[in-house]
Amino acid sequence: MRIVPTGSWTIATAPTLRQEIDRLDTAQATHIVLDLSRIEALDTAGALLVRQLSLSLKNKDRTIEEVGTREEQAALIDRVAHAGEVEPIPVERHHPLAALAERTGRAACQAFEEATDLLYFLGVTTVAMMRSLIRPARIRFVPVFNHIEQVGFNSLPIVGLLSFLIGIVVAYQGADQLRQFGAEIFTVDLLGVSILREMGVLLASIVIAGRSGSAFAAQIGTMRVNQEVDAMSTLGLDPVEILVLPRIMALVICMPLIAVYADIMALLGGGLMVILTLDISLLQFLERLQSAVKVSAFWVGLVKAPVFGFAIALTGCREGLKVTGSAESVGHHTTRAVVISIFLVIVADALFSILFSAFGI
Amino acid sequence: MTAQNDIVIRIRGLRTQFGKSIIHNDLDLDVKRGEVMAIVGGSGAGKSVLLNTIIGLNRQTAGTIEVFGQDTAKIGATASQRLKTRWGVLFQGGALFSALTVAQNVQVPMKEFTDLPPALIDDLTALKVSMVGLPHDACGKYPSELSGGMQKRAGLARALALDPEILLLDEPTSGLDPIGAAAFDELIGDLQQSMNLTVVMVTHDLDSLYAIADRIAVLVDRHVIVGTLDEMLENPHPWIQEYFHGPRARGPARK
Repeated sequence: MRIVPTGSWTIATAPTLRQEIDRLDTAQATHIVLDLSRIEALDTAGALLVRQLSLSLKNKDRTIEEVGTREEQAALIDRVAHAGEVEPIPVERHHPLAALAERTGRAACQAFEEATDLLYFLGVTTVAMMRSLIRPARIRFVPVFNHIEQVGFNSLPIVGLLSFLIGIVVAYQGADQLRQFGAEIFTVDLLGVSILREMGVLLASIVIAGRSGSAFAAQIGTMRVNQEVDAMSTLGLDPVEILVLPRIMALVICMPLIAVYADIMALLGGGLMVILTLDISLLQFLERLQSAVKVSAFWVGLVKAPVFGFAIALTGCREGLKVTGSAESVGHHTTRAVVISIFLVIVADALFSILFSAFGI
Repeated sequence: MTAQNDIVIRIRGLRTQFGKSIIHNDLDLDVKRGEVMAIVGGSGAGKSVLLNTIIGLNRQTAGTIEVFGQDTAKIGATASQRLKTRWGVLFQGGALFSALTVAQNVQVPMKEFTDLPPALIDDLTALKVSMVGLPHDACGKYPSELSGGMQKRAGLARALALDPEILLLDEPTSGLDPIGAAAFDELIGDLQQSMNLTVVMVTHDLDSLYAIADRIAVLVDRHVIVGTLDEMLENPHPWIQEYFHGPRARGPARK
């Protein structure tokens, strides 16, 4: 039997050629001559097919003879043969239940490691902070102010708008529900207490976590990819002191200010809504607000702000420093920074609530 | 084949500028089919810019670039797509997709531009990976798990995925140790001969020039001066004299 491949054996014709090869019926042949002299164009895909063809023809009952290899194509066929037996790429497969168990176990271990790691980073940061406090000359004020501008001042429009809108929503919903009991005027109480104690600072923190926590992680993460952080360490500079502390200080300083601003904007939005829907005057609104809300509500909200700011900055910086080599890793840790910092903010808020109720504030 | 067809890349009157700084001015260059053309020049002379302009990442200010006789600035989207399957580009750092394994990286162009059956794609991938001299277990690894030299090899495997006619390389040997660099030169020369590739490579590496370059394009004064190695050694231009006869040139020249 004589097999004579013709025409162009390239990556473009490979799909059809593969089918042709599979269709070859060589069961009867005892001697096969593979004549390669009429292949016009050959590339590696074609050469691989030629080799696969010749390998598939081989069995113990027959002899195979390859003839007529063109000179210019010999090198390529040789090269492909030389590349060795092409092993299939191994794919690991597990039973789905085993895989599920494995993933659950891994996730649990990771969560534990995550917690200890956070604690460790908190320790490192605290030590660095103490060192800076002992020698305040080491504090880098220029980056601190730079970060204050970026995370604080530049976030005012978005925080303001969102707070204003949330104020409107709370006032509207409150008035709607309380009207059923003829107690619309309590909308002002609801608005004042909920905004000042909880909503203002929580809303501001969540916006800042999304906006600045992610930015911290991405900035530091990109520096890790570029080996800037490694360069810093080898120059004898402490990355925690240079990268982490200014960011933490900036957010701890900014967060209370942003929270106050959010409070004001939310009360403005809510107040506007109350005045319009309940048909009361600005003066009445202010009087009611003053009598309904104790100053302590404001302080309760405000005291949480620096803690939230600290948690957000700490998480953002830690995730940034955990970035390894690749661009994908930057994205991964940036997302984690946002998720973990919002998680921490809400957990801390719950703890504060327990604490305040225990003290009866 | 006519002489016209023998020139795969034809650059005429090329001018590239960024703002006010002019990188190339009235630059002409022909690359012939099947040759290894090395582009050399001082840092900042615009070697990588020239390469990026040829592959269309950077638009020229004036002049024409024809690849396979088609003006790259004037062809439509489909023709441009088809053109891109006929060349392979290796970037300086390998530029592998970090979210994909080496095997998946090599398979990206195959899956995108061919109808090959999956089994054949796997076989071809394994073939390309072994052709560039990577061990078989590198297939399942992610780029971040590979050394710089291995990333370059994997990048080369991806550039070769569709059996291109032109291979464009941006400093293929930079960052490799001399042994690795020599092996890479040999690999490129070897592949170039067996696959009948046209190779355009930007390089700083004199050893590469001596080892595999057929012709050399030297970027000086916003132009190129093209010639064989022997012609370059004779060229009176001061920068070229300095480059080919400077202290670092003596080692390779002795061979």
